[in-house]
Amino acid sequence: MTAVDPPLAMLAELTHRCPLRCPYCSNPLELSRASGELDTASWKRVLGEAAALGVLQVHFSGGEPLIRRDLAELVRHAAEVGLYGNLITSGIRLDAGRLAELVEAGLEHVQLSFQDADMVSGDRIAGLPGAQEAKQRAARLVREAGLPLTVNAVVHRQNLDRLGEIIELAVALGADRLEVAHVQYYGWALRNRAALLPSRDQLDAATVAVEAARKRLAGVLVIDYVLPDYYAHRPKACMGGWGRRFLNVTPAGKVLPCHAAETLTGLDFPTVAGASLSDIWYRSSAFERFRGTDWMPEPCRSCERREIDWGGCRCQAFALTGDAARTDPACALSPDHGLLVGARADADEAAPDFVYRQHSASRRSPELLSLSE
Amino acid sequence: MTGEPRLSVGGDAVLRFAPHTRFRFDDVRQAWIVLAPERLMLPDEQAVEILQLIDGKRAIDGVIDELAGRYDAPRDVIASDVIKMLQDLVDKKVLRL
Repeated sequence: MTAVDPPLAMLAELTHRCPLRCPYCSNPLELSRASGELDTASWKRVLGEAAALGVLQVHFSGGEPLIRRDLAELVRHAAEVGLYGNLITSGIRLDAGRLAELVEAGLEHVQLSFQDADMVSGDRIAGLPGAQEAKQRAARLVREAGLPLTVNAVVHRQNLDRLGEIIELAVALGADRLEVAHVQYYGWALRNRAALLPSRDQLDAATVAVEAARKRLAGVLVIDYVLPDYYAHRPKACMGGWGRRFLNVTPAGKVLPCHAAETLTGLDFPTVAGASLSDIWYRSSAFERFRGTDWMPEPCRSCERREIDWGGCRCQAFALTGDAARTDPACALSPDHGLLVGARADADEAAPDFVYRQHSASRRSPELLSLSE
Repeated sequence: MTGEPRLSVGGDAVLRFAPHTRFRFDDVRQAWIVLAPERLMLPDEQAVEILQLIDGKRAIDGVIDELAGRYDAPRDVIASDVIKMLQDLVDKKVLRL
């Protein structure tokens, strides 16, 4: 195996607490409680270790990172150790005073989520009345503060037909960049897959809309958009490959190669309390497990694309087949590809209602628990 | 659309790095890097030389002259490479006029 390069970026999930209840939430089914979150001093140590290890960008995320009262202190520390600080937020609790504090602390960029372009639908998908309006207000504040703004829109069958309006919204808000992300189906999103998976027709129309907008808005709005796995023939290089570029620290201090990796069983993810980030990156069994190509089964092993897509997404392989070491079923060469193809038929049926998270640890059905075990 | 370059990065354009974009040397990798919103670039040697000449004062023509002199290479070949790269970075909002 080739030498392991230092990581480029770290996702710092400061908390799982969040005012929104998006039905495709990418956080684990079992959320960390506030009392289990890393404290300020621990996060500062982690940021320092990350910079020393070679991490260049830190994404403060959650949950909703604004819920942490020490956010500005952490942003300041990140800037002091040389990390480029990005805030990934719902915008719900952002006000001018808080933003000024973050800018002064050295925040470089804000990524603001939108659930739709439409007020009513936006609030419904976010599971919070008033969410859409609060987000528009937050976007204005970010631009007034002189920070670059990225609008992040997670798209699915219930908002994809309005992608053109979402693009217009991003332009109207003065965003520099729009990241259009299709729902990824593990965790909570898998539970809601039949309500979320778009049809082929919806997808084709969206692709046309993106291509036209990219031409029209060149130099105005950068649009990042990739086709969803369920309609792809080849998998994505998830996180640029396991343990190759990216690490994620959870609210409780577990270190993961991707934010969804806790869904995988049989891996012992180290914590920042037990080892340095450097030890974890270069020497932990969890990061070694799917790094490179040695772990690969066929058809990946002999595939000419093995160092392009790195076998795809481990979490998707596990969620659909129960075995994280299988080829990502998104690949048409995977023996499990039928699992995705079959799910597309759901997109032609009437959409069932969303199943929202209940923000209480005790109210989970046995069925959902079994998904996370 | 006319098919013309949208934000003509012509010879007289003066470019600078966009706000909140950092071009710096990374001690861990011993390499130059560009940090920007949602983007991280590890420019190759040639790109680093071009970016080091982007100072918000010098026009693109001056950048091309400097590189042509350094390498004793045909100016038009260098010009085409430089403008292509800079136009791409303007489109990505890493550089601006």
